[in-house]
Amino acid sequence: MKEKIEVDIRVPNQTRYLSLIGKIGEEIARTLKKYKGDRNELAYHINIVLTEAMANAIRHANEGDPRKEVHITIAIKQKCLHIRVFDEGQGFDISSLPAPDFEDLDEHGRGVYIIRSLMDRVSYKKYNGGHVLEMVKTLS
Amino acid sequence: MIVKIEESGPVVLIEVKEERLDAHNSGELKSQMLNLFEEGKNSIVVDLQEVRFVDSSGLGALVSGFKNASARNGNLKLSGLQPQVKSMFELTRLHRVFEIFPTAQEALASF
Repeated sequence: MKEKIEVDIRVPNQTRYLSLIGKIGEEIARTLKKYKGDRNELAYHINIVLTEAMANAIRHANEGDPRKEVHITIAIKQKCLHIRVFDEGQGFDISSLPAPDFEDLDEHGRGVYIIRSLMDRVSYKKYNGGHVLEMVKTLS
Repeated sequence: MIVKIEESGPVVLIEVKEERLDAHNSGELKSQMLNLFEEGKNSIVVDLQEVRFVDSSGLGALVSGFKNASARNGNLKLSGLQPQVKSMFELTRLHRVFEIFPTAQEALASF
């Protein structure tokens, strides 16, 4: 039987929901029947990329406006995990961000690097008046 | 954020009593550390034994504390990193920046 899962969540544009969304991502990773890798590691990685992507959407794209919302979809299809984080803002072009300088002890600038390191494909596009950050990981 | 702050001679031990250190609560840890620096306390151990999850904001707060302590001729050392927390330090190469100890006692004794 094919394993198809799709979860669609909307939360207010507030960091207090990071933990909830991260945990939902973790639980989805733990339910995957066919994944042969380290399930705990995958769960942790999904938690972290969801947290980083949502925090970017809340603070940068949606500019901390509590009236806005963040929309997240998590889907398993064709042996891939697809995570999409939609914002309602002007966007922040992740492709323009340089890789962090490991020698320079900057307080910021590690989030997108973490996402890129843990996922196989990452893109950021205009969508419906806002933007969508799409992250894909192959589950084989 | 729940933290326990304890002075051990000239060193201050901050125990983070949270499962997550992330964009939601890391600002509070930063403020707690800034309060200590303002009081002239520049030798700090942050114990992360109870922290299961750290994101880039949590790492950033610790980097901020480390830079502030170093600029004041002090130091900020870490203890009690769980394996997945440690993996985030390794991914971002920060394990080369901080002195990391298995327990708070060992970190305190190293000053």
